[in-house]
Amino acid sequence: MATQAIPQELDGAELARAVAGIPLAEIDVARPSLFQSDKVGTFFERLRREDPVHYCAESAYGPYWSITRYNDIMAVDTNHKVYSSEAKLGGIAIQDMHSDQSNLELEMFIAMDQPKHDAQRKAVTPAVAPSNLLLLEPVIRERAGEILDSLPVGEEIDWVKSVSVELTTMTLATLFDFPWEERARLTRWSDVTTAIPGAGIVDSFEQRRDELIECAMYFKGLWDQRIDQAGGNDLISMMANSPATREMPFLEFLGNLLLLIVGGNDTTRNSISGGVLALNRHPDQYDKLRSDPALIGNMVPEIIRWQTPLTHMRRTALEDSEIGGKRIAKGDKVVMWYLSGNRDETVIDRPEEFIIDRKSPRQHLSFGYGIHRCMGNRLAELQLRIIWEEIQKRFHFVEVVGEPERLLSNLVRGITRLPVKLHAH
Amino acid sequence: MVKVTFVAHDGRRFPVEIVSGMTAREAALFNDVPGIDGDCGGQCACATCHVHVDPSWIDRVGCLSDGSMEADLLQFAEGTTEESRLACQITLDDRLDGLVLHVPEQQY
Repeated sequence: MATQAIPQELDGAELARAVAGIPLAEIDVARPSLFQSDKVGTFFERLRREDPVHYCAESAYGPYWSITRYNDIMAVDTNHKVYSSEAKLGGIAIQDMHSDQSNLELEMFIAMDQPKHDAQRKAVTPAVAPSNLLLLEPVIRERAGEILDSLPVGEEIDWVKSVSVELTTMTLATLFDFPWEERARLTRWSDVTTAIPGAGIVDSFEQRRDELIECAMYFKGLWDQRIDQAGGNDLISMMANSPATREMPFLEFLGNLLLLIVGGNDTTRNSISGGVLALNRHPDQYDKLRSDPALIGNMVPEIIRWQTPLTHMRRTALEDSEIGGKRIAKGDKVVMWYLSGNRDETVIDRPEEFIIDRKSPRQHLSFGYGIHRCMGNRLAELQLRIIWEEIQKRFHFVEVVGEPERLLSNLVRGITRLPVKLHAH
Repeated sequence: MVKVTFVAHDGRRFPVEIVSGMTAREAALFNDVPGIDGDCGGQCACATCHVHVDPSWIDRVGCLSDGSMEADLLQFAEGTTEESRLACQITLDDRLDGLVLHVPEQQY
C-alpha cells in the first residue's frame, strides 16, 4: 500500500508533498507505524482538508470510516443511540474486541450501550468524582514531591520511567487501595492489556491471556476481602458492594478492572511526558509558565489536547446514517480520530501550537463527549496540576536532551522514553 | 434583556443580564460567573454546566425529561437533585426574567 511507501526520514514540507501524492482511496491512517514515527498528523491534515469523512476499504482491521473533523466527531460521540460501543459488535477501538485471537471476551462498561453501561458506570463514578478527589489531593501531592525529590539534578534520566510511570502507578494504587509494595503489577497489567503481541511487551496472545487471568485472580483475592465491608471508598470496595456490579461474571469483572487500570494509567502517564515535550518545543510558553505559575490550571487541559493520549475511539453504526455528507451503512466501523479533531484549524485557533494561556482550553476532544466521556477526567487534571506545581517549586528547567521514543500503537499515543536533564532554580 | 441571578456554593450572588434567546450557560460564561465550565461548548455533551434551579422557578424552567441526552449525562454528575439541569439547555426568555440558579461546589 502507498501509505507504506513514505520514507522514514521525510519530514515537514517534504512529507506533506509525499502524502499529497498518495491516491486518497489508498490512505490508511490506522497503521501503527505512522503513530510511532509521529507522521500521522500530516495524513490527518490532508484528510481534514480533502476528505474529512474518509472510507478506507482495506486495512489490517477491515474496512473503516475515519472521522477527522472536530464537529463531525462531536456529532458521532453524542449520538450513542445510532453509534454503538457494544463489545459484541466490535467495541470501542479499531481493533475489534472479541476477535478470536485473544480468546478472552472481556466485557467492560466503556464497551456497552445503555442501560447496562449506565448502571455499571454509576457504581464506580464516586471514586473519581470531585469530592473524593479533594481527599486524594494531599496524598498525591506528597507522593509527587517524594518522586521529584529523589531525582538527580544535572544527570540524564528517563522522565517516563522516573516520573510519569511512577506517579500514575502510585495514584492508581491509591484509588484501588492496592498493596503498596506490589504496585508495579498494575503498570504491567496496564501495558499488557493494550499490547500488540510481538511489539515488545508480550510475545503472544497466549501470554497476554495468561497474564490477564493472573490479574483477575489477584483482584479476586482483594475483592473477597472487601465484599460486605461497608465504607470503603476505593474502586474495588465500590464494585464489590454495588448491586450493579457485585454479581459480575468473570469476564465482566476482569474487563471492568482493566478498563479502570488502563484508563487511569497509560493516558495520564503520556500526558505527564507530553507536557515536558510540549514546553521544550515551545520555549516561549515555558518562559510564560516560569513568570506566572498560576497558568498551570489553564496549561493542564492544553497539555491534554496537545498530547491527545488516546488517538481514537471507535463506534459501530446501528442503522444507516449520514456524517458530513457521506452515507454510513448499518454495521460500518466508524473511527473518531480525536488526535485529528484536536488539530482542526476550523475550530481550534493555531491548533499545532501549544499555548498555555489559550482561551477555553477545555474545549478539546481528548476525553470524548457524551455518555462515554472519560470518567477520570478530573483526576487526570488533578494529577497533572499537582505534578506541574511541584516541578515549578523545584526546577527551573526540565530539559529534553534527546529524541522521544514513541509507542507502536494506533490507540495509545505513548511516549516510551524521554531523556531529560533537570536544572535546579 | 433577561435578568438571571447565579448563586455560588458559598452564597455569593452574581446578578447578570443577557439578551433573550441565549442560554443560561452563555449568561454565566459571558459574565465570568465562576463555577460553570461548559467544556463541550454548549452542545449538551459533557455535563459541566450543572445548575440547581431555584425551587420557586423549577415549574417554569421544567424538570429533566426521562431518556433525554441531558438526563443521560446528568445521571453521572455529582450531587444532583430534582432541580438539576444543564445550563446550556435552559434558553432564557421574558418568561424566565428574574430566574435564580444555584451553582454546585464543583463540576464533574
